[in-house]
Amino acid sequence: MRLFFPQWRHSKAAAIVATFVVGACLVLLPFVASEIGNAWVRALAFAALYVMLALGLNIVVGFAGLLDLGYIAFYAVGAYMYALLASPHLTNNFPALAAAFPDGFHSSIWLVIPLGAALAAFFGVVLGAPVLKLRGDYLAIVTLGFGEIIRIFLLNLNQPVNLTNGPQGITLIDPVSILGVSLARPANFFGISLPSVYLYYYLFVLLAVVSVVISIRLQESRLGRAWMAIREDEVAAKAMGINTRNVKLLAFALGATFGGVAGAMFSAFQGFISPESFTLHESIIVLAMVVLGGIGHIPGVILGAVMLAMLPEFLRATAVPVQRALFGEVVVDAEVLRMMLYGLAMVLVMLYRPKGLWPAPEHGKQRPGTAENAPSASIV
Amino acid sequence: METFIQQVINGLVLGSVYSLIALGYTMVYGILNLINFAHGDVLMVGALTALSTILVLKAHFPDAPGWLLMLCGLATAIPVCVVVSLVIERVAYRPLRNAPRLAPLITAIGVSIILQTLAMLIWGRNYMQFPQLLPGEPIHILGATITVTKLAIVVLSALIMVALMLLVNRTRLGRAMRATAENPRVAGLMGVNPNYVIAVTFAIGASLAAVAGVMIAANYAVAHFYMGFMPGLKAFTAAVLGGIGNIPGAMVGGLLLGLIESLGAGYIGQLTGGVLGSHYQDVFAFIVLCGVLILRPQGLLGERVADRA
Repeated sequence: MRLFFPQWRHSKAAAIVATFVVGACLVLLPFVASEIGNAWVRALAFAALYVMLALGLNIVVGFAGLLDLGYIAFYAVGAYMYALLASPHLTNNFPALAAAFPDGFHSSIWLVIPLGAALAAFFGVVLGAPVLKLRGDYLAIVTLGFGEIIRIFLLNLNQPVNLTNGPQGITLIDPVSILGVSLARPANFFGISLPSVYLYYYLFVLLAVVSVVISIRLQESRLGRAWMAIREDEVAAKAMGINTRNVKLLAFALGATFGGVAGAMFSAFQGFISPESFTLHESIIVLAMVVLGGIGHIPGVILGAVMLAMLPEFLRATAVPVQRALFGEVVVDAEVLRMMLYGLAMVLVMLYRPKGLWPAPEHGKQRPGTAENAPSASIV
Repeated sequence: METFIQQVINGLVLGSVYSLIALGYTMVYGILNLINFAHGDVLMVGALTALSTILVLKAHFPDAPGWLLMLCGLATAIPVCVVVSLVIERVAYRPLRNAPRLAPLITAIGVSIILQTLAMLIWGRNYMQFPQLLPGEPIHILGATITVTKLAIVVLSALIMVALMLLVNRTRLGRAMRATAENPRVAGLMGVNPNYVIAVTFAIGASLAAVAGVMIAANYAVAHFYMGFMPGLKAFTAAVLGGIGNIPGAMVGGLLLGLIESLGAGYIGQLTGGVLGSHYQDVFAFIVLCGVLILRPQGLLGERVADRA
């Protein structure tokens, strides 16, 4: 909470109370949202997923200042890994595997989360290693190309061996099941029956909270300070003895980790994935969340992610009826309007509020009685 | 052998279009150090504008010859693209000229999305058929075939590139452009108006993009709102391959990339024993891009650039 409200940093009691209030709000939120409509609960679950993604991208873009336009590739890696490990796809296509696992693959979440994180981190290093020497805008284009390569491979790896099932995607993916409770069916807790969407919402919020904690801890660590030093001035950082190569690689790897886990959760939640979900547009949407909220500032990034993730649902609820009322017909459908607003948001934020809607406070790191200025995240 | 010649011809056609687009990237980058991410979408606007003009004219004058319609299409597409590009420069790039260099890149991505959604609103989200205006019967050369459209693409691109080289190297304006690229402040002190030069650069780039857009649409006989993305990305690769900021580099890079792609797609099946097919064509550009940036970041014809971002 300290991070969100710096003025409370000296009052432990206030911080504890605030934590409980926010926790209670997060628990009760789906019940409030379902009063408006059940689609909103789903949107909330997705918002929590996007918070994870945006926080992961924020490590790369916000902390280390490396513009990554192919971030969604890590999300895809995580999603496809879970899909392959928890669906009949592999056993259907490879008789040898079917013989070895007669029940098919049904991986537990305890296996998938670390594995997804590790695999995405590996891909992060694979991408990062060759491109580290590149300057900012070149890096952006190469990462974009990397994202597209991953998508093209996902689209085409249905032959000669059917690994990804091509454009049709993978179906029949197992839902998450924790300690024997499957999240696909309503579960009873203390006499309250919670529908599946609620369960996923709680899982995603839990993971998002864990991501926030990891992000904060990273930011305040030696590594986090090294990232920010590189972001502000790479040559100076090098002169201070930071091994810029390794530190940048760690930024790619750790950022990718968040994406991998979020991807695995996405595929469990949907039960179906295809390369369509991992286009450049998705990368740009996540980038828009980071930029809009406040590059490098964790509360800002969370705000940006929640705002942009809820926007489609909000537009669905308002844009169509408003247009009907104004023009008598739907002129601009909600999906197009959403993309246009994303584009406008990126332009306007960069022009008028380059540090985002909720930027890092200028003197955020200042201790009482000292006058040291912490550099705030000006963009990359 | 026939396959080889055919693929070389296809590569040249593809490559001349890439060169035209790459010139737009490279000239803007040379002067502003900015990747104009929306360049591909300007191309799309050009193609769709030309298509609309051609369809309207075709409805009113069904007997007009194809090449005339094509010229009319180009004649409307170029001004529209120039205006769009100038507006983008004025609104999204100029205010950020002294900002950190990734800020304009992010606005450029935003502009690109806005252009795509606007095009989706105006022209719809479906593929639109681009009529065949030039004669359809192919010409045979050395056992390979080339359509009139493709031949026109290669010849027109070559003419345009020669004209551009003359403009840049022989005229007063060209000298002003080169001076601004070298050092905008000193050029300003010598009486060059940098804003004017930058606007002209954007206008030239947009005109080339408009021509390239019409070429792509005519070649593949389709146009839609997302058609600018891939050519834009590949042309950027071509510009990097030749050395970004370097005008002959963009031409060479474009042709080379076209050849690599076309030969690669033609032979990858044989080389890998049928494991990988020609649908991996798009991967080549990215592999080339990564390879160039890692091994020779200044590009084939480029000069060594400073390491600092």
